[in-house]
Amino acid sequence: MADVAAAPPRTQQNWSIGWGDAGPFLALAALVLIGFLINPDFLSANNIANVVTRSAFIAIIAIGATFVISSGGLDLSVGSMAAFITGVMILFMNWVAPSVGTAAIPLGMAVALVTGIACGLLNGTIVTVGRIEPFIATLGTMGIFRAFITYMTDGGTVAIDRSLRDAYRPVYFGDVLGVPIPILVSLAVALVGAYVLYRTRYGRRCVAVGANEDVARYSGISVTRVRTLAFVIQGVCVAIAAICYVPRLGAATPTTGLLWELQVITAVVIGGTALRGGRGRIWGTVAGAVILEFIANLMVLSDFVSEYLVAAVQGVIIIIAMLIQRMSKR
Amino acid sequence: MLRNIVLAAGVTTALLAAGPASAAEKKTIAVSIPAADHGWTAGVVYHANAAAKEINKAFPELEVIVKTSPSASAQVSAIEDMSATRKMDALVILPHSSEELTTPVKAIKDKGTFITVVDRGLNDPKIQDLYVAGDNVAVGYNTAQFLVEKMGGKGNLVVLRGIPTVIDDERIKGFKDGIAGTDLKILDIQYANWNSDQAFKLMQDYLAKYPQIDAVWANDDDMLLGVLEAIKQSGRKEIKFALGGNGMKEIIEKVMAGDAMTPVETPYPPSMIKTAIYLTAAHFAGHAPVRGSLKLDAPLITKANAAEYHFPDAPF
Repeated sequence: MADVAAAPPRTQQNWSIGWGDAGPFLALAALVLIGFLINPDFLSANNIANVVTRSAFIAIIAIGATFVISSGGLDLSVGSMAAFITGVMILFMNWVAPSVGTAAIPLGMAVALVTGIACGLLNGTIVTVGRIEPFIATLGTMGIFRAFITYMTDGGTVAIDRSLRDAYRPVYFGDVLGVPIPILVSLAVALVGAYVLYRTRYGRRCVAVGANEDVARYSGISVTRVRTLAFVIQGVCVAIAAICYVPRLGAATPTTGLLWELQVITAVVIGGTALRGGRGRIWGTVAGAVILEFIANLMVLSDFVSEYLVAAVQGVIIIIAMLIQRMSKR
Repeated sequence: MLRNIVLAAGVTTALLAAGPASAAEKKTIAVSIPAADHGWTAGVVYHANAAAKEINKAFPELEVIVKTSPSASAQVSAIEDMSATRKMDALVILPHSSEELTTPVKAIKDKGTFITVVDRGLNDPKIQDLYVAGDNVAVGYNTAQFLVEKMGGKGNLVVLRGIPTVIDDERIKGFKDGIAGTDLKILDIQYANWNSDQAFKLMQDYLAKYPQIDAVWANDDDMLLGVLEAIKQSGRKEIKFALGGNGMKEIIEKVMAGDAMTPVETPYPPSMIKTAIYLTAAHFAGHAPVRGSLKLDAPLITKANAAEYHFPDAPF
């Protein structure tokens, strides 16, 4: 298999931090400064820990989305998929808990990962083998996953078995040396993601396929395999996010993960990944997810606007963040 | 030969006609409700199906059909399809939204169908023969009165709103009226869209923002679940009460167990659909006059009466 996409200068370029890549971090810094000026409590250790912890779900899913989007795809099903995986995992754990006790938790995590891989494979196959636009294909699976979770819960709530609650709780609420576990997990996912995207043959092919599908194909890259694998990576990331999410409220409902897909896409784009494909930025994506959560947090901590206008201000801030990034590139 | 065919055709037609004719004496009650997409609507679907099963069994002369729709436009299509394909003697409808359903329901009313409207009123109240609803203002008011009494009329509150709708507005208005004239102060009020996740985040933010919070009102139990997790995680001890509303199974169980932070609950019971279906059935099966409107109370659920509002098999 020819390896044309692996042009040597690329590696060097990716590991030196250029001004273009600094955009999202500048926006983040600006936001932190504004936040501190509005309300000094914003920078309290507790608040920062809370906000960064809860941005972990979107960050982890968005790292997967960075692969899908930079390879020229799009996945609208991630929110529904997260809810579906959460539901499958909880039902499975509740089912085996009476016989295996707290061992149900690692087993449930394994089931979540398998479900995530299967969901990603389904999306990827429909897109590549079925040759259906990713937008439409994942719009379809978005409805399917959402309907499944609604069906599994009878439209209500499935809660995790009481006997597992305390044992599982630390996965969201616990910390290692003061750093909350979800933050550590998202850092680990980001490190692996950055390695795969920037340092491996697969990562370069992913970006090459997104940049120009035909050129990639003529260079001997299996576009089908690369794209399908991107969706599978996405599925794994959603499963990891679901594993961290379950202990937070200990339940799955039909409103779990609602509109996460839009937050994820926003985080990826704010982070500097091109929505049309061909350029992916893992750390930018993580910064993008944190930016989104900081904005929501700031809107509550400030008393400037009526509760009716919060969404409008959030929209304006996102656009400004993109503008800061655009200007920092020139 | 031809005569025989005509005769056979005639007999067949007569037999076919006789079938529906005897069935036509059966009165059809169609029930159109939103599809289960969150806790409360899941409760509505559960209670509607339960009522249909019970009535179909108890009254052979009645047939109750339940149809769920995921959106207002789907609901319009559903009731139009039902009225086109079968004779509807009554329609029990919990409309997705008042504006969009008013005209289609009026068209069905004009065919002579008995109309029962539940929860959300139509824009023209003349369309309904029967109206059954809960009391959203009382949901807020009674919760507020409880807090006023238990907290001696003073303290700091934070409030979580649902989705901008009439229901939410009414509850908030009732609550504000309930604390008016006391020293209970609402520090903050924001939307969490009746979603436990968003409520969890919002409550974390409230806790970061305010050093002293005496009580929380979440206006709905889905949100209360998120609030309770955030309080538990923060380890803050000063919060005396965290109250919700609607009558979710898990919260009713807390009330039954005498939970210190959530000792009471206000119902906006999804079982009101059952009340409406039974009353409509009474109109046909019991020849009882049921025209009018019925507003269910929203009394405080306490340890004493919680069992009345507890449905262990319901999804909500």
